This record gives sequence, C-alpha cells and structure tokens, in this order.
Amino acid sequence: MMASNYNAKEEDGHQPAAIGHGGAGTVKNKKPDNTAFKQQRLPAWQPILTAGTVLPAFFVIGLIFIPIGIGLFVTSNNIKELEIDYTGVDMSSPCYNCSQSYSWNSTKPCTCSVPFSLDQPFESNVFMYYGLSNFYQNHRRYVKSRDDSQLNGDKASLKSPSKECEPYRTSDEKPIAPCGAIANSLFNDTLELYYIDPNGSRTAIPLVKKGIAWWTDKHVKFRNPGGNDNLTVVFQGTSKPVNWRKSVYELDPSDPDNNGFINEDFIVWMRTAALPTFRKLYRIIHKKPNMTPTLPLGQYILEVTYNYPVRSFEGRKRMILSTMSWMGGKNPFLGIAYITVGSVCFFLGIVLLIIHHKYGNRNHSADIPS
Amino acid sequence: MLRRRLNRLFGRDERRVDSRTIYVGHRPCPATDAFIPPKFCDNRIVSSKYTVWNFLPKNLFEQFRRIANFYFLIIFLVQVIVDTPTSPVTSGLPLFFVITVTAIKQGYEDWLRHKADNEVNKYLVTVLEDGRRARKESEKIKVGDVVEVVEDETFPCDLILLQSSREDETCFVTTASLDGESNHKTHYTVPDTEKGLESLSATVECEQPQPDLYKFVGRMHIYKNDQEPAVRSLGPENLLLKGATLKNTQKIYGVAVYSGMETKMALNYQGKSQKRSVVEKSINAFLLVYLCILVSKALVCTTLKYVWQSQPGQEEPWYNQKTQKEKDANLYLNMFTDFLSFMVLFNFIIPVSMYVTVEMQKFLGSFFISWDKDFFDPEIQEGALVNTSDLNEELGQVEYVFTDKTGTLTQNSMEFIECCIDGFQYKNRDSSTELDGFCVTDGPVSMLQQKAGREEEELFLRALCLCHTVQVKESTGQEDGVGDQVDGVLGLDGEMVHPAELRGFIASSPDEVALVKGAMKYGFTFLGMESKNMRVMNRDKDVETYELLHVLNFDPVRRRMSVIVRSKCGDIMLFCKGADSSIFPRVRQEEVDRIRMHVERNATEGYRTLCVAYKLLSSEEYAQADAGLREARLALDDREAKLMAVYNQVETGMSLIGATAVEDRLQEEAAETMEALQRAGMKVWVLTGDKMETAKSTCYACRLFQRGTELLELTVRTLEDGGRRREERLHEVLLDYHKRSWTSAKQDYGFIIDGATLSLLFNSSPDSSHYKSLFLQICQNCTTVLCCRMAPLQKAQIVNMVKNSKGSPITLSIGDGANDVSMILEAHIGIGIKGKEGRQAVRNSDYAIPKLKHLKKLLLGHGHLYYVRIAHLVQYFFYKNLCFILPQFLYQFFCGSSQQPLYDAAYLTMYNICFTSMPILAYSLLEQHICMEVLMSNATLYRDVAKNAMLRWSPFLYWTLLGVYQGLLFFFGVRFLFSNPALQDNGQVFGNWSYGTIVFTVLVFTVTLKLAMDTRHWTWINHFVIWGSLAFYMFFSFFWGGIIWPFLRQQRLYFVFANMLRSVSAWLVIILLVLLSLLPEILLLVLRKPRWPHSRQKKPLVQSGEGETQSSARPLLMRTFSDESNTIL
Repeated sequence: MMASNYNAKEEDGHQPAAIGHGGAGTVKNKKPDNTAFKQQRLPAWQPILTAGTVLPAFFVIGLIFIPIGIGLFVTSNNIKELEIDYTGVDMSSPCYNCSQSYSWNSTKPCTCSVPFSLDQPFESNVFMYYGLSNFYQNHRRYVKSRDDSQLNGDKASLKSPSKECEPYRTSDEKPIAPCGAIANSLFNDTLELYYIDPNGSRTAIPLVKKGIAWWTDKHVKFRNPGGNDNLTVVFQGTSKPVNWRKSVYELDPSDPDNNGFINEDFIVWMRTAALPTFRKLYRIIHKKPNMTPTLPLGQYILEVTYNYPVRSFEGRKRMILSTMSWMGGKNPFLGIAYITVGSVCFFLGIVLLIIHHKYGNRNHSADIPS
Repeated sequence: MLRRRLNRLFGRDERRVDSRTIYVGHRPCPATDAFIPPKFCDNRIVSSKYTVWNFLPKNLFEQFRRIANFYFLIIFLVQVIVDTPTSPVTSGLPLFFVITVTAIKQGYEDWLRHKADNEVNKYLVTVLEDGRRARKESEKIKVGDVVEVVEDETFPCDLILLQSSREDETCFVTTASLDGESNHKTHYTVPDTEKGLESLSATVECEQPQPDLYKFVGRMHIYKNDQEPAVRSLGPENLLLKGATLKNTQKIYGVAVYSGMETKMALNYQGKSQKRSVVEKSINAFLLVYLCILVSKALVCTTLKYVWQSQPGQEEPWYNQKTQKEKDANLYLNMFTDFLSFMVLFNFIIPVSMYVTVEMQKFLGSFFISWDKDFFDPEIQEGALVNTSDLNEELGQVEYVFTDKTGTLTQNSMEFIECCIDGFQYKNRDSSTELDGFCVTDGPVSMLQQKAGREEEELFLRALCLCHTVQVKESTGQEDGVGDQVDGVLGLDGEMVHPAELRGFIASSPDEVALVKGAMKYGFTFLGMESKNMRVMNRDKDVETYELLHVLNFDPVRRRMSVIVRSKCGDIMLFCKGADSSIFPRVRQEEVDRIRMHVERNATEGYRTLCVAYKLLSSEEYAQADAGLREARLALDDREAKLMAVYNQVETGMSLIGATAVEDRLQEEAAETMEALQRAGMKVWVLTGDKMETAKSTCYACRLFQRGTELLELTVRTLEDGGRRREERLHEVLLDYHKRSWTSAKQDYGFIIDGATLSLLFNSSPDSSHYKSLFLQICQNCTTVLCCRMAPLQKAQIVNMVKNSKGSPITLSIGDGANDVSMILEAHIGIGIKGKEGRQAVRNSDYAIPKLKHLKKLLLGHGHLYYVRIAHLVQYFFYKNLCFILPQFLYQFFCGSSQQPLYDAAYLTMYNICFTSMPILAYSLLEQHICMEVLMSNATLYRDVAKNAMLRWSPFLYWTLLGVYQGLLFFFGVRFLFSNPALQDNGQVFGNWSYGTIVFTVLVFTVTLKLAMDTRHWTWINHFVIWGSLAFYMFFSFFWGGIIWPFLRQQRLYFVFANMLRSVSAWLVIILLVLLSLLPEILLLVLRKPRWPHSRQKKPLVQSGEGETQSSARPLLMRTFSDESNTIL
C-alpha cells in the first residue's frame, strides 16, 4: 500500500499534490473550486502601453521637468559661495609656516590670517563650512570606529568602550571617552572672520555655533552620561582621545548645553562624510535685522588657529561661505539634469510622434509578434 | 536503502549466489545434510530517510550538498571568521530561514513515511508455526514462514502460493496498488502441495530478489516419505506480491520467499531520477556569469585597495591607525582576507532568496494546474495531478511530443465492428439486430454476396470464445465492465445459465472483451471457467465444454496468443489469434490471400484487426507440445527463451479462419489538440505498438497527416522491395528521403517507420550513428513521424535519441499505459493520462491529466504562462541584484577600497527578503501577459517562447545592461548631488549613510516600478504587493531610523531617512533618477509593437476558430485512401 504512494525523490523536490497516503482504491472527489483566484480569472486591469498612451507622457514629463530645471538652475546660480583654501601648501600662502611647523605636542597654537574680499554682498543667513579633501572619513576602519552607546550616555560603555574603537579604545589603561578614530580626529582648527572696514578697523563677525548639527543627533542620539551637569565628575576615570588637546568636557565650558558629547562641532564631525572630499557646517552667520546684507562686500580676514595637520596625507583644508536656498547649497547638477532630461523627453516625444504618424499604420499590418 | 548497503558491506554470502533456498516452514529436509537456517533480511519496510537521531546531521548534509546552499554556507562562515564589512546575520538569517523551512518540510514528509511504514510493519498477520496459527506483526515475518492471508488483505511479503481455499487451486489478486491494473489476476497454487501444510517438507529454490514484477523463476522440491523429491516449477503465476490484494478467495497459505526490502514492491520503490528543467540550466549558466562578475569585482577591488594603499600616507593616515593585530598580520594573508571580505560585500549579487522564490513559485504555481477546473473530468471525478512542480515552465518549451496511440489518441474502448470469415465479410451494422440473423446480416460493402459455411462460422466464433484470458464477472445488476469494487462470486457451481446481458468480463486488454462480446452478439457466449473447463453456450443454447490444456500467453514480441483445448469429443485444438504480421507467416498462403484484403481495408479504416487461426493437433503432436511446454516451464534459467521457442514450434502450420475488426474510437478533441500542437510548432511523433495501417489512419483522423502530406515510408515492406540486403536498401532509402526532405521546403512530410526497421537502424553495427543522424535529419523536416510496431523499450530509445540530438530539444511523452512508462520516464516531461490501462503511467508521470484534450491547455496555456513567468522572474532577480550591488562596488572607488558598505546592514538583508521579493513572486504567479483564451485560440503564440527565447544570452545581456545602466545612474546621480552635501535649507550636511539611503530608495522604487511596468495583468494582489512593498519600505525606514535600537552597536540610520525626506533636493533627485532609469524601458515599450490584443473582450480570432470545432469522436474517418498514391514506395 505504501510504496505506491511515494514518489520518492533523492533530491528535495516539491511534490505538492502527490502527498496523500490513502489506498489506491479510495475514491477521491476533488473537483476543483470554481473561484476566480484558483481559475486564474481574477478581474484584472490590463494596461496596454502603446505609443498613443505613452507619447503624451513624454510631453508631460518634458513640460514639467524643464521649468523645474530652470527654477533649480536659477536658484543654484543665485546662491553665493566663496571658497578659500588655507592649507598653506604654497610658500606664498599665509598659513605656510603653520603647516610646516606642525606638531601635535606644541603648546603654543599657530595662527595665520588669510585675507580675502567679497565682490558681492551675501544676504540672508550665511553658512560657514570647513572643507577637507582627501580625507577618507568613509574608510571602513574609520566609519566603524565609534561607540554609539557610549555617545548616547551609556555609563557601562563609557567605562568599557566597544572593541570597534581599537586602537583608540584605551590610553594609559583608561578608557577613552569618546573612543574611536572618528572622535580622535576631531577637526580642531578654529576659524574666525573679521570684516575690514574701509577705514581699516577690524570687526569680528558673530559666528553662531548652534543649529549646525541635526536636531535629533543633538537631542537624542548624543547624550552626556548622567545629564549635562558635572561633566568633570562623570568623565572621571576616562582618558581624553590621544590627539585631543583638551578633554571632552572642556569642549565648550561656557555652555553646558554644548559641552561633552553634545557639543555640536563634535556631533557634526561624528557624522561621517560620504566622500573623501567633503564639507561640514562650522558656523552660521545670522542675517541682520535691518536691511543691510549679512556680509557686505569688501575686505575680510580669516583668522585660523592652525591645529589640524593634513599634509601627511596630502589633504587640503578649505573655508567655505555660502548662502542657502530651499534646495540647499550651491549645486548646479540638479538644475542641469532636470533641464536635460526634460528636453530629452520632449525631443523624444516629438521624434516618436513623427515616427508614429509616419509609420504607425504600416506597423499595424506588419504585426509580427516577437 | 542503507540496510541493503550494509548487507553488502558485511558480505552476507547469500547475495553472491544466484539463487536462494528456502525451507518451507523452517523444517529441515531430508536431502540436505545439515539444516543451516539461512539468513534473510526481516520483513521490515523502511522507506523513511531519517530517524530521530540522524535527522539533523543527515538532513543538513543533504541540504548542503546543493551547490547554492553550500555557497551561502561558505559566505556565512567567511563572515563569521574573517572581519567582514557586513555582519554574519545578513547572510546567516536568510540561509537559516531557507534551511529550516526545507528541513521542516522534509521532516514532515519523512514523518508521513514513518507513519506509513509503521502501519505496514505493525500490521498483524497470521503465521503457521508448527501447525499452530500465531498472530505476528508483519515486520517479524521471516523468509520461510507460512503465512495465511484472508480475502481483501494485502500480502505482507512476497509469497509462493501453497494452498488456496478455492477449489480450482487458484486465487485472485488485484495489483491495483502495484501497477495500477485493477483487473483480477489469477494465480495458481503449486501442484501437489495443497494437502497437509503442517507436514509439508519442501524447499524452494528461487532467484535472488529482482525488481521486475512480472518475472519470477523458481523451483520447488517436495519431499514425501523418502521418495524421490518431486520438482515443481514456479513462475510469476505462483508468486503473490507484497502490496497486492487478495480478492474473491477466502484465504490462502503461502510461504514467504522475499521479505522486507527485498520484496519486489520495495525493490521497485526506487525514486525516479529527478528531472531538471532548462530554466534551471539557464539559471545555473547565469549564476556562473554572476559568479565571475562577483569574483572579478572582488579582485578589482582588492587590487585597487593595495594600489591605493601604496601611495604615501594613505594606508594608515594619522587619523585612522590600524590596531596592533592588523599591523602584525601577514601581507598576503591580509590580501586574501580582503578578497574574501569583498566577496562577502558583493555576495548579494547572487541572492539566496532567488532560490527560495523560484522554489516557492514552482510550488505554489503548480497548484494552479491541479486547481484548473477545465482539467476536471466528470467521468472519473478527477482533475489534473501534478507529481512534480519542477517542470512547470518546461511545459512552455516543448518541441517534440511523443504520443501513444491506444488510449491516448484513441479511447481504448473497443467495439466489435465486423469480422471476416474465410474471406466473407460479416458486418453487424445494427447491434440490436437479432442474433440469429447472423447468416443474413450483411452490409452492401461486402464484395461478395455470399456467406461462408455454417461450419466455418461456428468454428470462428468458437475460436473467439475460447482463445482469450477473459474472466467472467458476476455483476449484480451494474453493467459497466471493469472495476474492482465488484466482488462477484466466480465459482458457478450450478448449471444455471445467466442472461447474457448481465455478464461482465474482466480482461487485461479491452480488445479481448470486445471480441468475446462480439462473439456473444453472434450467438456464442462464453460462460466462464470451471476448473480448467471453459464453458461456451452456442447458438442452439447448448453448453459446450472444453478442457483448457495450455494457454500460450500473449506477449508483445510474438504479438499473438494461443490456447490449446480439448473438446468433449476428444479433439485437441489450438486456437491462435494475433496480429496479421505474426499470423500470416504461420498459415497457408492461399488462405492469406483471401483474407488479406479485408484485413488491410479494415486497418486503413482505423480498426484494430486480429487474425484468428486454428489447427487440429493429433495426440502425438499434442504430447510433444505438452512435454515441451512443461519442460520449458520448469526451466530455471532462460525460461522465457525456451518457452518462446516451444511456442513458435507449436504455432505453426495453422489454418486461417478469419479476421476481426475492432474499432477504437478517437479521444475527444484529439484532432483539434494535435492540430493546435502542430500549429504551436511542436513536432508530433506517434509511437505505437499497433500496426502501420491502423496507426496511419489514426494519424489521418487526428489530422496529423493532412491530405497534402507526402508520406515517407521506411518499413520492412519498403526495404524488402529491392531484393537486396536490407542494410543496403536502408541506406539508399534514407539518402533518398534525406535529399527529398531537404530540397523542397514547402512540402509537408510525414515519416513512417516500424519497429523492425528501427532496430535495424539502431543496431546495424558500423554505420549506426550515420544512419541515426540521417534518420534524425529526415525526421526534423517532417511535421509528423509515425513509429509503429514499437516495443516499449524502443519508444524510450526514440525519445532518448531525439532528446540527445543536436540542440537537445525538449521532449514530452504522453501515454496512458504501462507500456508508455519507459518513454514517460525518458522524456523531459512525462504526462500520464488517467485512462483505462491502469495507473502506472500516471504514477510515473510528472503531470497526469484525465483526457488528451487537456494537453492543449496544459501546454499552450499553463506552459506558456509559466515559462514567461519564471523566465521573467529569473531575469528580474539577476537584474535587481546587479543594480543593487553595482553602486556598492562603485562606492569602493570613493572610500579607498576599504569594503565600506554603501547601504546599512538592515537594507542589505531586507532588500531581497522584504522590499522586492513579494511583487515578483506575485507577478510570477499571476501574470498573464496574454490571457489564457488568446493563448489557446492562437497556438502560434507558443512559438514566441520556443527555444528558451526569454532566457537566452541576448535577453540576459539586455537585462544585465539595464542593471548596469541603472546601477551607474543611481550611484553617479547621487554622487553629483553630494558634491555639495548641504542639501537642506538649514545648511546642515548629509553623511555617508544618507548617501546610501538615497541610492537605496531610488533603487527600491526603480526596481519595483520596473516590475510594475512589465506587469500586464494587474489583479488586486499585484496592486497590493507592489504598492504595499513600497509603502512597507517607507514604513520600515521610518521605523528603523526612528528608534535607538538597544541591540545595535551603531545607530547608523538614526533619523537618516526622515532627514532625507526633509530635503527637497533628495526628493528631486529620487524622482529624476527613477524616471531616468525607466526611460529606456518606456522607450522600448513605445518602439515595440503591441504584442497582441490581450484583453478578454476582443477575440475575433476565437470566433472563427470555434466554428470548425467539431467532435472528433465520430467514427474514424471514412475517407478513401486514394491518397495512398502519396505514399512513396
């Protein structure tokens, strides 16, 4: 009785309908159900995409994309952006000396002043970025070298950071806080801007350091262990990252809401960049309440406290001043892309329309299903 | 299985000898010096694969033997051992899921087997032990035990029948569960053993177990009180097989000869070899390509990494120092682990989930076949049966259809049409005509308005009544013939004469019944057997009794059968009936000439003809024949050959008395089906054991041969024309046909070959391959090939030859009988018809359908759709993983080739499992790019997908290029956007995870919308899963990024997705890139012609096609075969 019912297979093929162990003589009445699903007759929408239905789509895409593209392009063009490389590779550049005489252990900070001028006034809020080139923040070893639970204020992780932080996990037998390569290499140049009045006097431009990090990072993802008070006590027993000059609780002693792990400069740095050439938001220059531009045209000086070495890996450092639009910073790519795609669609639409009209009828008769 | 292997290992001696000796009842016999009870295996049936203990290791081993699973295991292990960019969970989880599901499924199946095994093994049977009856569990039966079996019980092991409760020393069994034949078969006790089982002292010597159900050779030595031992031959008629059921017999006793796994049933339970579909082969080929891509990607990246690192300051800048361990590591070892890491990073290009999805698609998809109500046949109350789900798509790829004739093209319900006695034709045109009118009934068709003498008539009818193996079944009212539910009492002890109308006949072949019924119509009624006496009621209502002396069984080689009977008056007569070709040479020539015309005419009209001959045996002749037969039956080896020789010797010098014609009606819509298959580009080959004329007319009736078809004939007749050696002639004819079939392309050719010529073709030693290729080339140019007079094995040979010919075309065999099993197993797809000739074909088939007409929908409808579905599934899967992984690869150029993944681990894992798997699964189950009705009515559409059209290299290349194009677009589109990472109006910047998330979002949308564009059949399910998975992606991303996950080491995606959506630029770039990636697709859609009007409403073609639909179940065509002139001779 039994063997007749096995369709034994050496391999594990499926045998859906064959499983059944009744005798051969059992009468099976298995009339299939007459349901739409089982009979593969579910009501269905059967779109027929023909030239007639698709051609208008080309025109519609063209008509929508070209204006958007023009809008984007104009917006991007209206954004004012100024980029200053202050690495100091050339002998002539003001920071040359600083870049040459660099040492981690030097106690006296090296400063240099880079003069520049604005041809156009910058209006509305101006955003100040620092940019690094050839800096592989997206290197795998680098990206994973952090401990997010330590940064989230977890006390256990504070004392014993994740293994991922190696070799920046402990120093002098003490756990490093914040541990890891990312934190260790925190960008520590200080940039200041001065406006040179036509009469020669320097006015410091107020740089706001709030609002440069993602709100959720600042308020949820990054937290000081045990609240923002008494950071000195909390971080007792931990060591500062080896390349840091000061401890994490000394990042901004003036403002307890910007100190320790929730220091915004630190948070910004901890969001690893996608590409080896990147920029990070450094400061915001808020627009003035009156009608005067935020940064009037004229002469400026960028005062750099030169701490961050990039020459060893042939990196570059930049300072970028930019205004913003609704679409972000200056980037002509989107506008050009939209205009191109829109025009291509429109053009294709016209070509196809001609083809369709010219050969459409003939195509129907010579319809060989392929 | 394991047991058998073990047995072999431990070298049980009994395996090595050719025969085994069994002591009946374990009693020592005087002849043997010492009684050493031989060891045989116990009667336990083990069909299960696993036990509780070995399930886990064995199942895991079995599963990891599959190359794909093994690959994923390796990837997983690499991830565990080597420090790799993605966590082991990303590949471990899907693998674990796949393995677990398969294990559960196999475990369940094995549990079912265990249950069934136990049911059989623990079944209580009665065993005679020292004269006492003891109840034992079936598994404890030992070889040599005498077992009692009562009616309707199945035999617990293979038994030699010793004693039966029936008076005529026979018993009836049905082997329905073994070979599906539900008729009752008669088995005989061994002579002289029926008395005194308790004291029986005998040994049985028989061959070692072998799987052939119909072969058994043995000898029994019976020892009686120091007499010379009596020797009795044993044959299959003495052997009761395990699994068969006792019928119509109260109880029997038998001695166990084969037990447990050595029974014929168990030996026959060898799995069929698994068939693999072409699609699977394509998948493997594509897989290889992708594996190459994978390896080369990893190589490129590894090289780049070390080139990049060799630049000063890049390998270990001050901000990114290595750990001490990394510094100490060997450079070459590092390179190797880097290579492995890259492999792991890119391994998603070959997804585990594809295997799961393909398997699921096949598994679920096959339900649609068994659910299809069009396949439901009200007559047998059954629908289609799917025995394997691996071949669904193969149904759409069939190039050659091999069909059996009897029972497949024709209904195998026989009706006696006419007979011809001594050259005079008798045609019973109206079945209600009085039987006595036999002498006067005649159709005008008859050439001569004369009748044969009454003498000849009666002889002929007696022959019909006697020369058969039909049993009479006492039906209790219901008239419909063969069935195993009826347990009629056979032994008629009274002289009561039953009304003929209530008589049911059981026979192994329906034509025998037709003949007996035909004889009944003409006044001679077969009443049944009564202990070796055949009783026939003649026209005068007298009962004549004939003693049945010998039955010379029918076999397909001899193509005839005979009986030797002794009449009341002592005349010994031999009646023989058989195919004309086997009878004509054995009778006098002048008789042949009188009858041949009728036979041939009947044959061309599509009737099955049999010739009947007889001969009077003198007592010396009989004695000689009797001795010969007995001797041959006793032979232990070569019994078949010896019997054959005796048969041939006896069946000579007969005189032909007449011929019969039996009509075999065509199956419903046989012609329409065949026509549709041919229009679909399939070549139909008819392989039949029937003779050429009959088969040819069936082919005409099925419209396989058309009026204009030029027939190329290659038969024994053709070859003998020249008078030269057959081989030479064969060569000549082949060359001629070859030239002819290749020169004129317009002409339709049909090819006819018969079994004898075919074996000549295959076996003529040196040029065999040359002939074969010639033959094949001719066949390839013919629309239809008819192979007649084929033995079952030859059918398989033909299929095998075509299967292995150039281009390895996909073959399909369809048949209904046991003789078709070999070709069903041989072909790529075997289809069984749930016909009348038992269930063996169905059991061995991949698909079983109730009627031939269902083949059309199975191939043109289901097959086409499944092929399109799975082909699209496979291509889509490779494509979507290519454009998934390509950006990841490109990212390596921007991150110092450091194996930094572009996407988050959750996205890597979920991409194939959740985000993109459901739409393609739904598509691959529901898609009907052309709806079923159109596919059916327009058979030529089948040619669109022929030759694996959607999985060849050019479509693969197209999909691959599309994947590359889109992958490049995704990556570089976002790359240009990120040249200024300040993408929000508040000036804040995006990091690398935002980069990956934007790419991933574009990817998921593009890939899903691409599928949406390919979907031509949008049911609510498609809508649900397509829009649902996009919604799920959005939801998941919010959810995944919305919580600080305590179990994660890094909160990489925290609010990344939400922040991305806050950026207008991100939105714009996503829309742009999705549109741009789909643009070539849209463009192609426009440029490509609309494939076919596939809406259900407009089908003008169907209407015209329907017009000519007419039942082909009409009597076989009455066309004049004047187009015989078309035949080239």
